Amino acid sequence: MGADFIATVQPMARLIEELHRLPGIGPKSAQRLAYFLLQSSADQVRGLAEAITAVKEKVIFCSVCQNITQVDPCAICRDEQRDHSKICVVEKPLDVLPLERTRGYNGLYHVLHGAISPMDGLGPDDLRIKELLARLEGGCVEEVILATNPNLEGEATAMYLQKLVAPLGVKITRLARGLPFGSDLEYADEVTLTRALEGRQEVT
Amino acid sequence: MSNPRLYSTEAVVLRKIDLGEADSLVTLYTPHLGKIRAVARGVRRSRSKLGGHVEWLVHAQMLLARSKGLDIISQSQAINSFVPLRDNLWRSSSALYVAELVDRLTPEGEEDYPLFKLLADTLQWLCRAHHTDLVLRRFEMHLFGRLGYEPELYHCVACHSAIEPGEHYFTPDGGGVLCSGCGGQALMVDRLSLDALKVLRFLQRSGYAEVDRLRLSADLSANIKLIMRRYVRYLLERELKSADWLDRLEREGLAR
Ligand SMILES: [Zn+2]
Ligand SMILES: [Zn+2]
Repeated sequence: MGADFIATVQPMARLIEELHRLPGIGPKSAQRLAYFLLQSSADQVRGLAEAITAVKEKVIFCSVCQNITQVDPCAICRDEQRDHSKICVVEKPLDVLPLERTRGYNGLYHVLHGAISPMDGLGPDDLRIKELLARLEGGCVEEVILATNPNLEGEATAMYLQKLVAPLGVKITRLARGLPFGSDLEYADEVTLTRALEGRQEVT
Repeated sequence: MSNPRLYSTEAVVLRKIDLGEADSLVTLYTPHLGKIRAVARGVRRSRSKLGGHVEWLVHAQMLLARSKGLDIISQSQAINSFVPLRDNLWRSSSALYVAELVDRLTPEGEEDYPLFKLLADTLQWLCRAHHTDLVLRRFEMHLFGRLGYEPELYHCVACHSAIEPGEHYFTPDGGGVLCSGCGGQALMVDRLSLDALKVLRFLQRSGYAEVDRLRLSADLSANIKLIMRRYVRYLLERELKSADWLDRLEREGLAR
């Protein structure tokens, strides 16, 4: 039975169409996934369907940091042991994980849910920037650490935030942008090298 | 070169969009192949050799492999990354406007070497010019010239009489200036001061070095910007997204 035939059966066609909408899923992958689900047990499929629905019903955004959570405020924002005078600004919830894994940061976070991308028509109003500025108004925050991605969109976002935050008198820092660990100097580009030089440190 | 599937070209990256997990779909402007689209595999991984060599607005020497679908970038070495652009929101946003305009107005696969030169020069000047606005205006003027939309600035586009100092107008759909007689009756035209007309003519015939020495009043700058913007909007039949963004930065006092 060919994949093209499968796509002509109406419920399959609908599933393929829905899967195709997911990021990174092309028409071929969507067909493969749909066929896989068709062959899975009823319990497996129900489990997946419930997990998908539960995401929409049970996961909410933290009213403080905008990260995804089940309780509001989230565990990090409630934690009295953490340093509430520092906010690290990231693009998406997934970016919090690697920073937490370092165990080197004990402050709070702010999740923007995206980056400014002028060419895609994505502007500051599409991000949780108002919420960030509101957090800075109380005067308790001493440092904002910009940890957006080192690409055009991330840099535009960081530069824009810097201009908004600077007048509030809060210290602004940016994650050092140098050479990635495990990379080869030979392949480093001019932008990365310039910044790595700017961020060089004395060795003792 | 032994592998006939491979070819080498310089290119400026006009646009880069995510494709799948770690790939990017890029739009390139090249000296001899015009605008082409290609795939950069794995480029979004932090250890990719392509990394910053296939980033927005980078001018690079690339090796591409022909493939059934889009060509694949197999190597890239940045020639100029225009570093000063990247640390300034206004300058990098202006450069995005340049890239978007080239992308929107040029067809795929048509060689235009002078346009490639214009693009690379413009990005270079956006790094250091005193007046990035004037760089954009000169760029627009010369881009239109390359693409056959050069505005007529010496004769009335309706009655063809030589333009005399006095009242004149600019008509986007006529592609140039109107004399006082013709402009007075026309709809959808903008008043053009004598100084603005002189500046437009100057932009048309001068290089960036001369243009960067100009000092214009805010009113005159605004008049010229309005006229060029309306002309862009007329040619594209829509507003550029990067133009909206520049307007927003300006409104919020974040220009420069
Ligand atoms: Zn929180
Ligand atoms: Zn006339």
